[in-house]
Amino acid sequence: MLFYGTRLSSPLMLGTAQYPSPEILSSAVRQAEAGVITVSLRREAAGERAGQAFWALIRELGVPVLPNTAGCHTVREAVTTAHMAREVFETDWIKLEVIGESDTLQPDVFGLVEAARILSSEGFRVFPYTTEDLVVAERLLAAGCEVLMPWGAPIGSGKGLNNLFGLRALRAHFPDTPLVVDAGIGLPSHAAQALELGYDAVLINTAVAKAGDPVAMARAFRLAVEAGRLAYDADPMEARDMAAPSTPLLGRPVLG
Amino acid sequence: MNILVNEEARAVTAGTLAGLVEELGFSDARIATAIDGEFIPKSARRQYVLAEGMRVEIVAPMQGG
Repeated sequence: MLFYGTRLSSPLMLGTAQYPSPEILSSAVRQAEAGVITVSLRREAAGERAGQAFWALIRELGVPVLPNTAGCHTVREAVTTAHMAREVFETDWIKLEVIGESDTLQPDVFGLVEAARILSSEGFRVFPYTTEDLVVAERLLAAGCEVLMPWGAPIGSGKGLNNLFGLRALRAHFPDTPLVVDAGIGLPSHAAQALELGYDAVLINTAVAKAGDPVAMARAFRLAVEAGRLAYDADPMEARDMAAPSTPLLGRPVLG
Repeated sequence: MNILVNEEARAVTAGTLAGLVEELGFSDARIATAIDGEFIPKSARRQYVLAEGMRVEIVAPMQGG
């Protein structure tokens, strides 16, 4: 599947926040063989230049970047942040977050659709962080989005895919739209499950960054998405309620 | 002139946004600017005249999820 005309080298999108050190972040990105890394913008203090050091590290990794609008609660903030990100990171890709609720960090889907429409009309390639709601998904596509990023569970919760039915329905309704599970993945098995459902990618941050060994966990996620993708392509069997013997009964000796 | 840079009060001598960026030592840095909540592209900084009390935001790349 193409993401705005670009084929990613891997279905693993990796966030760059919360790692114990820049060295561990670099090693994790390499072990994950991430197809995309997400980045953000924050205030730069005169004399500190922390952002400049981070920019040098990102350049060295050579992985495509997807800037986000994390922390934005209004359409105006998100749109302004997107403009700043486009200039700083020299990309028209934007992971659009308009947060609507502080406890769950769930998207304000009304603001999201409005911001997506504004940004798409200004030439941005919008990756909207949304819920699994089909009607919202339709509105986002109508607003100009060509990728959807439904949550699996609240950001940073590690609870996995909370609404399998909803995610499956979204996949079935939009067979030609690249779909990414963004947020809530805690374990490689969750990522494998998303790929097994036919999702095109997963976006992971906390599950890798906050693991005891982030570099090993990055590798585990790489293997999981590879397994999940292979499984989906291999056309899994249908689940059933009753047992079905796998060993043939024909020719079984009568012993009792 | 007194302005706010990233919510910190500062007395600056620069008259334009480009001048301010230089005064703060960000001439060669990868940053973006906004004034009073509105994005000001790099190409417009030289023409953008600062006024007393303006809220300037200067952002740079940062880790994100």
